[in-house]
Amino acid sequence: MRLKYILLLAAASALLAMPAAFAQTAKLETIIAPPTQAASQVAVAAKAETASTADHSKFKALQTNFKSGPQVTEACLTCHTEAAKQVQHTKHWTWESVDAKTGQKRGKKNIINNYCTSPISNEKDCMACHAGYGWKDSSFDFAVEKNVDCLICHDTTGTYRKLPGDAGHPVYERVEFPKGSGKFVEPADLKKVAQNIGLPSRSNCGSCHFFGAGGNGAKHGDLDSSLQHPGKYLDVHMDEKGLNFTCVTCHVTEKHEVSGSRYNVAAAVKGPAHLRGKTDASPAACQSCHSDKPHSGRMDILNTHTAKIACQTCHIPEYARNEIGTEASWDWSQATVMGADGKPTTRKDSAGRRAFDSKKGTWVWDSYVIPEYRWFNGDSTYKVIGDKIDPGKTVQINEIGGAPNAADSRIWPMKIHRGKQPYDKVNNYLTVQHTGGEDDTALWHNYDWQKAIGAGMKAAGLPYSGEYAFVSTEMTWPVTHMVAPEHDALSCAQCHSENGRLQNIAGVYMPARDRNRLLDLAGWTLVLLSLAGVLIHGGLRIYTSKKKEQLK
Amino acid sequence: MSANRIYLYKRYERFWHWSQALLIITMLVTGFEVHGTYTLFGFGKAVYYHTFCAWTLLVLWAFTIFWQFTTDEWKQYIPTLKKVDAMVRYYAFGIFRNAPNPFHKTAEKKHNPLQRLAYLALLSILSPVIWGSGLFYLFYSSWAALGIDGYLSLEAVALVHTAGAFMMLVFFIAHVYLTTTGHTPTAHIKTMITGWEEEE
Repeated sequence: MRLKYILLLAAASALLAMPAAFAQTAKLETIIAPPTQAASQVAVAAKAETASTADHSKFKALQTNFKSGPQVTEACLTCHTEAAKQVQHTKHWTWESVDAKTGQKRGKKNIINNYCTSPISNEKDCMACHAGYGWKDSSFDFAVEKNVDCLICHDTTGTYRKLPGDAGHPVYERVEFPKGSGKFVEPADLKKVAQNIGLPSRSNCGSCHFFGAGGNGAKHGDLDSSLQHPGKYLDVHMDEKGLNFTCVTCHVTEKHEVSGSRYNVAAAVKGPAHLRGKTDASPAACQSCHSDKPHSGRMDILNTHTAKIACQTCHIPEYARNEIGTEASWDWSQATVMGADGKPTTRKDSAGRRAFDSKKGTWVWDSYVIPEYRWFNGDSTYKVIGDKIDPGKTVQINEIGGAPNAADSRIWPMKIHRGKQPYDKVNNYLTVQHTGGEDDTALWHNYDWQKAIGAGMKAAGLPYSGEYAFVSTEMTWPVTHMVAPEHDALSCAQCHSENGRLQNIAGVYMPARDRNRLLDLAGWTLVLLSLAGVLIHGGLRIYTSKKKEQLK
Repeated sequence: MSANRIYLYKRYERFWHWSQALLIITMLVTGFEVHGTYTLFGFGKAVYYHTFCAWTLLVLWAFTIFWQFTTDEWKQYIPTLKKVDAMVRYYAFGIFRNAPNPFHKTAEKKHNPLQRLAYLALLSILSPVIWGSGLFYLFYSSWAALGIDGYLSLEAVALVHTAGAFMMLVFFIAHVYLTTTGHTPTAHIKTMITGWEEEE
């Protein structure tokens, strides 16, 4: 008899264990499938720079006391004969990006954003971030190879710096920067820099991309100087003590063309992980290494989300996850407002970030920012110089493509930067203004909007009516960096709840957020009625049986 | 007394009943959490427990269907209208007057005619509704691969599944209450545990 019970127990436990096979419960710890060897190979390749077969300090062409950037480039080109031509085809050189679908010419050269607005007429300042030398106005010759700046991307010494005002040339003489700050920037030893070149590090890319809009973290929010030496918390891939990815580990570069761009985002990548080297439209996408079904074991149910939700939505729970923060808004209408003494003034916020400057207006900063969420298919249509606007509405600097539940769209986290900036009241387009410079028309010199807009529009080749006002604008930026470790990813209920992160996202039925009110009402009424029914029936039984006992 | 004892529920049957009860209760509790009615385990865990129980119950059913047919027990669910009116009258009136239950259980006929109808409806209507919608729900990510994403919406599937859950909850309430209608309030439960029915 006892044996039978043991057998029965064994059978029962076997029965209960069987679903494990169905649910594919592998080890519970294996929550995210580690990327296939593709990723690790790339990581190795990026670190292998020290194992280079060429020691540039031994190169004859580099034994010169270089006097200028172009001189260094000429030396580089004696061996790397095609490098400048390659760079000249890229956005880093042209500041232009053509939309393959619409033919629209975007890029810094053509759009007006709601940060610094436009580099046109301000080239001397803005081109500090041009991968070239000498773009000071529209006369710049894009065909001159020696004007390509190799060092800004390939310097490994950290001494090579380009400052606003020099049209892309590095510092050649000791200079106070910012002016009046008492801080000085030393010129780099160009010979030493040239002899110590390497693959771009996070700091190389970051020298421009961390400081967009003229301030650390100001523009992107998911890119700032904290990524030079990030911990795991800030970015699970760039973690300096861990995977230590550089930018180009993901932004795989071929012929100097850096993959991955916000102008054409690979927003909805499908399919398995794959080895690099395969023809690949989107090597910078998460799926390139992780596939579109990255979760395994107990978490494989999360793969049901990948057809609707970008990886970034859960895995970047907040951006600007540090004290550096990022700009939430920039109000140009407050520029030219002077201090109490009638002189230009500045103000900082409690965290020491720029809050007001008579030159530029007011800013609002934010840290640990919860993104806004939008359906997105990777397309963006920009307001380019001369595009009409409706000043009665908030102007969208870029209209993002995508529709609720569309096959090519995913729910993406976005930084939406809000601004107020000048527009031509008669012609109804955003204006280009001449801000930087020491001349009479520069806004930051003379604090005169009329002159600044007049000069800017002239340089842009666009009529200006002479009447300007300020219009509200929004610019939408997909958030894709600062990927958090898995335990910091969003938990289910952060979206699966009535007031969760995705409360305003249309097109998807989300359990715990959505329900049919009528069904709930009918269902619970029925449940209450049956409860009441059994209680009344039971009560009556007790009552009648007691009565009978009394009768006895 | 012992002459009136009959062995009603075999060992597998009792194992099936109680493990199924546990699974269904767990799925009701976790299911309504997934639905957003309350927070108990947390959404993620609720989904996981719910899914785990669903697969477990499917396996249990596979064994049970096999058992029903090899033991001929499936015949217990053949519907009959005989004495249905008598049962209705008993539950509506007789039960309050201490009238005798018009149905006498035997090993061949364990369920009264009302029970037969109720269980048949449960097995042949409610269960397929819940299983069908539940499996579509579970394999949501494969809809596109199966080519059915154009014909189904998660909202509709969830609606059917939730409606099934409400019906299951109503069944559960009635079922638990009716266990108290034996010759003593716990008599039916004892029978379901031991297998032995003691007649009055």
